[in-house]
Amino acid sequence: MPIEVEIITGRTIDQGKTVDEKLTEEYFKAVSYCELNEEDFKALGLKEGDRVKIKTEFGEVVVFAKIGSVPKGVVFIPMGPYANQITSDDTDGTGMPLFKGVRGIVEKTEENVKSVKEILGVE
Amino acid sequence: MENVVCTFCGSVCDDGVFENGDIRRLCALGKSKFSKKERIKAPMIDGKEVSYEEAIEKAAEILVEAKRPLLYGWASTVNEAIRLGVLIAEKVGGIYDQCASVCHAPGTLALIEEGVPGGTLGSVKNRADVVIFWGANPVEAHPRHPTRYSVMAKGLLIKDRKDRKVVVIDVRETKTAKLADIFVQIKPGYDYAIISALRAIVKGEKIEADEVGGVPVEKLYELAELMMNAKYGVIFYGLGVTQSRGRDRNVENAIKLVQQLNRKTRWIIWPMRGHYNVVGAGEVPAWEAGYQYAIDFSRGYPRFSPAEFTAVEALVRRDCDAALIVASDPAAHFPRKAVEHLKKIPVIQIDPHPNLTTLLSNVVIPSAIAGLEAEGSVYRMDGIVLRVKKLVETEYWSDVQILEKMYEVVVKRVG
Ligand code: SF4
Repeated sequence: MPIEVEIITGRTIDQGKTVDEKLTEEYFKAVSYCELNEEDFKALGLKEGDRVKIKTEFGEVVVFAKIGSVPKGVVFIPMGPYANQITSDDTDGTGMPLFKGVRGIVEKTEENVKSVKEILGVE
Repeated sequence: MENVVCTFCGSVCDDGVFENGDIRRLCALGKSKFSKKERIKAPMIDGKEVSYEEAIEKAAEILVEAKRPLLYGWASTVNEAIRLGVLIAEKVGGIYDQCASVCHAPGTLALIEEGVPGGTLGSVKNRADVVIFWGANPVEAHPRHPTRYSVMAKGLLIKDRKDRKVVVIDVRETKTAKLADIFVQIKPGYDYAIISALRAIVKGEKIEADEVGGVPVEKLYELAELMMNAKYGVIFYGLGVTQSRGRDRNVENAIKLVQQLNRKTRWIIWPMRGHYNVVGAGEVPAWEAGYQYAIDFSRGYPRFSPAEFTAVEALVRRDCDAALIVASDPAAHFPRKAVEHLKKIPVIQIDPHPNLTTLLSNVVIPSAIAGLEAEGSVYRMDGIVLRVKKLVETEYWSDVQILEKMYEVVVKRVG
């Protein structure tokens, strides 16, 4: 069963360390996952290494799922191309997309996580 | 070489030690900045290697022929390069916008409304007995900020960690939250409401609810009390405040809270700026054209309008027909729809490293890394200007060299 969530994005130390090397495996690892609350993780029937599909009105993306220190109903994705598939492009006239607080749904999926190039649509 | 300046985050630490290609004393992020990694090998037009001169000639042609090119990025280069960028934007009648428009620019909007009661990192280190991180996670984004300035830093009046109360307000229990004396966990998007509640308490009003934004009122009274009793307090706010619901209004409200506290004691508020010279990317156009970002020169004079001239707005509305991207990677960091338009227009990139924007650029111009292979001046997050150094020789042209040449060609073409 999919669950409804609020999605937030942000920096992590691994995203920062690899930010000048975006075409490497390390960067891919640093940005292609999401953190869920333990209860939500279990409710979705997930185990370590499983993938989830996250959908919002702005798009959808498949990422790896991890348990993280987020509250129930909140999903955290490191800033980067994966997060930006589903983040809001509506800036309310400020120029600032809503990188934190977009509503969406999360479900378990068997689909693969795309590479950075596939996400960008250049491969 | 001693006193090496780090060109990663807005803390711009100036105490690195560089020896035999190795950097010491910096944090993991700073070390990664100085470590060896893949570079863009040579200037390219449509994937074919060319000379710097040819690539710059082609780039100038694209910019001059476009009706309204977007010149975006700038947060990871030096002031001298940014200045040339503003001049080129003016010459070609384009848009100048910079990384802050998807980062801390809502704070600039708030500042236009309210002004900003600010101070330097030095004043925080020496005086601040209460430090609040609101929607900021320096342990992961500015790792040495806590030790050098804000948490463990030893100052003139603040002798050690015990003299200081540290509060973290966030929706997640971040690594920074673990450093705090008090962690206030809030519901996403409720910053504005919580700030309003604190303002009411500080003003002496009563809160009629049991909780606000997931925080029990008792905890809010406790926090307000702590704030009012501080001798010198600081709110460092991060992207948790500017990128969530409320955006600029959150910052405006927080400034009002600080103004109110200043009737009783001394408080300052300051953004945790990300890239090492994102402040310069706003200050330089401000002294050249009067505005910090979202500046359109298409009518021959500068106009400021975030609703129209920020990069995301211009791209989503397909309101620009070419782009020059300098020292940043919008293809990785913009919402999907904005990137879609970037894929359709001619893109010129100036950057040391290949990234997602490289993959969709028509003209790619590799540059020297400022702070390692090129020098220049940059603004630290608190507006202090520092000179970054050149430590090693390189064949790569610096951003300043590239943009100087580009400006020359543009001037020749437009007259
Ligand atoms: S805190 Fe920032 S400026 Fe200081 S060493 Fe780390 S990355 Fe560099």
